Amino acid sequence: MRIDWTSYSAPGLHDELIGPGGGARVAGRALARYLTELGGREIGVRQQAAELAIKAMGITFTVYHEQGGSIDRSWPLDIVPRTITRKEWNRIDAGLRQRVAAINRFIDDIYHEQRIIADGILPISIIASSRNFRPNCMGVTPPARCWAHICGSDLIRGSDGTVFVLEDNLRVPSGVSYMIENRQVMKRVFPELFDSAAILPVDDYPGQLYDMLAALSPRPQERPEVVVLTPGIYNSAYFEHAYLARQMGCELVEGRDLAVGDDDCVYMQTTRGSQRVDVIYRRIDDDFLDPEAFRADSTLGVPGLMRAWSKGKVALANAPGAGVADDKLVYTYVPDMIRYYLDETPILPNVPSWRCGEPKELEHVLAHLESLVVKPVDGSGGYGMLMGPMSTQRERTQFAAQLKAAPRNFIAQPVITLSTVPTFVGDRLEPRHVDLRPFILSGPSTYVTTGGLTRVALRKGSLVVNSSQGGGSKDTWIVDTEV
Amino acid sequence: MLARVAENIYWLARYLERAENTARLISVNANLLLDLQRGYELGWLPLVDITGSRHVFDAQKHRSDEREVVQFLLANAENPGSISASLNSARENARTLRDILPTEAWEILNEFFLEFTAQLPAGLNRRTRFEFLKRIVLVSQTLAGVLDGTMSRTDAYTFMMLGRNLERADMTSRIVDVRSAQILPAAAPDLGPFQTIQWISVLRSLSGQHMYRQTRRARVTRVESLDFALRDEEFPRSCMFCLRQIELYLRTLTRSSGVLDTLAGAHRFLAQVSFTELDQQGLHQLIDHLQVYLIGVHASIAQAYFPALPGNARRPMPQSQAQDGGSTLPLFADVP
Repeated sequence: MRIDWTSYSAPGLHDELIGPGGGARVAGRALARYLTELGGREIGVRQQAAELAIKAMGITFTVYHEQGGSIDRSWPLDIVPRTITRKEWNRIDAGLRQRVAAINRFIDDIYHEQRIIADGILPISIIASSRNFRPNCMGVTPPARCWAHICGSDLIRGSDGTVFVLEDNLRVPSGVSYMIENRQVMKRVFPELFDSAAILPVDDYPGQLYDMLAALSPRPQERPEVVVLTPGIYNSAYFEHAYLARQMGCELVEGRDLAVGDDDCVYMQTTRGSQRVDVIYRRIDDDFLDPEAFRADSTLGVPGLMRAWSKGKVALANAPGAGVADDKLVYTYVPDMIRYYLDETPILPNVPSWRCGEPKELEHVLAHLESLVVKPVDGSGGYGMLMGPMSTQRERTQFAAQLKAAPRNFIAQPVITLSTVPTFVGDRLEPRHVDLRPFILSGPSTYVTTGGLTRVALRKGSLVVNSSQGGGSKDTWIVDTEV
Repeated sequence: MLARVAENIYWLARYLERAENTARLISVNANLLLDLQRGYELGWLPLVDITGSRHVFDAQKHRSDEREVVQFLLANAENPGSISASLNSARENARTLRDILPTEAWEILNEFFLEFTAQLPAGLNRRTRFEFLKRIVLVSQTLAGVLDGTMSRTDAYTFMMLGRNLERADMTSRIVDVRSAQILPAAAPDLGPFQTIQWISVLRSLSGQHMYRQTRRARVTRVESLDFALRDEEFPRSCMFCLRQIELYLRTLTRSSGVLDTLAGAHRFLAQVSFTELDQQGLHQLIDHLQVYLIGVHASIAQAYFPALPGNARRPMPQSQAQDGGSTLPLFADVP
């Protein structure tokens, strides 16, 4: 049965596929036409085929449960893709490059002269109270003065169509493997769709990642030893760690495979003896990286790794201490950084934010809790936040107490009603909210993924897209509409 | 390659080989029993002994009938030698090897594990069991084919082949042991026709009856069958063949001289034994000796190439229980 888009309603929302009049937006014209002809039942058949393919390919993520230990779940993919025109993407791409360039300048400045503080753009208190500022990174100069080599920025689109940056993930952002695998699955189940539109490919990422990492090697040689460091099989992103290692042809190592020698170089234990490691793409948080420098009880890390890194014997991506910019309070200053370091006007706006650490702004936030989202500055994964409009009076009272006790730990933002994309529910398509996480690689040069990972809140009306909290994903198409 | 990864791939190969051989065993035992007359108390218990899991079986207080033994060998999660436990361990090892294994290999194993779990009731049902077991052998062979056909001959492949051949030699010796010494009572009268059936069943457990006929061109006899299963230079499941393979792959590694010395001991032992004068007790002792050699080969591989364990910890190693009438050595597994 043909799909009737007039019954697909998203009043007051911005839908990525269907415009206000019920017609398809330009990027999704071919897609909408195709879906209309296919009909709800056949789309359901394809959805099932996609789920089977995902199960067989073993595309999983791990969820940790208090009782059951860690459980492997199939990766949730909704088969209706999210479409963006190439023209719009080019603007976003430029905005992301600009943003990450400023952030890298900022991190380097913080661990050296701290000019941005001396010049009064940022208060010193922000660094002094940051949980992710690492004093033992002071004075270290990593290759290309680059700290945040891999950045995953979360973008959202509001109801008026504006694209905002919601946050920049600079510690160990994940999701890029799912971006690539989603495309693989879509090609399996929807091959004919790829004929109908000029969809830009996404599978260049692992090669770009390898080139960037190899360029950081302290030893100039043709094939430096690059490894991926994982906390191990129980980490929620283990699938991705293995995936990227395989795609790059690198060893996937755990902390126990590595040791720092008397010469401060890092070695891995192989079947042919010890072998020097040049570059480590680490997927372990700073805290666990080196028990000698950070948490002494860490069994995941490598004793002496910070020493090896600060002496320039090994490159770490991302660099330790890069998380200082992955703080939602620091986030509120990124537009200022762009103006300060680059002398440019920010291309992509931040979501307007209140800094609870400033008494006047705190006052405003406390008075408007029911209409705001309040987030811990060092949180991720959607944990520990208050969604004002969905909260009870009791929750707000409790949260207000937390806020007053440690105002520096929170920022507040208006609720942005995320844009929607048609999503297969039951036997038909309904609007569901999405965000988008592109990935930016920085080294001697910069690379931005073509699109990124679109995450979708599968529950009706929900704005929570995290896969750990019932979110799903979609393939993201950057469509060249001018061919 | 990483020492830890080498150990994982070695065990992946062992677990796969173990699951396949256990499936062969159950299948052939069922077939053999159908051919035997009623009244012989042969039963299923020898299969528990073959896999060295008698202590677990007894501790769980099972009856030694077909139903409970097959359940124990196929699906019992606490029996580390069960097919279900082997496949589970294989998959868990493969999961840590996803950056090493060809994508298709992981997909086949993953898909088959899901299928196996879903189809288990068919495996426990007498009527559908044969097809179920056949499928395990077939998938294991398919997987071996994919790995052979797509993996570069690097250290990863070498450690896989070491694991596969060592486990295969071990399982072949177990099959010979229990089939020959325990299924049929030695002095039972009127066993003439059944002696042949018994040795054919040994060959069939190894998928070897066809190759036996081609190369030996003889009636199936005890001495020839033993020589074929343990010492044939051409049949890929014979212990001698597996030892030669292990030697070949060890020579591609550095620092293998210690392991090669241990292996040479096993070679010499197999080469000098005579099967003609061997009674059943003697055969059992011979197998037990052979297994001690195989354990030695494993231990020296682990010492030379696998990661040192923290502190003074040692990998669990089964002790020889070779005594008159003693049970077969337990299967052993990697560090949990």
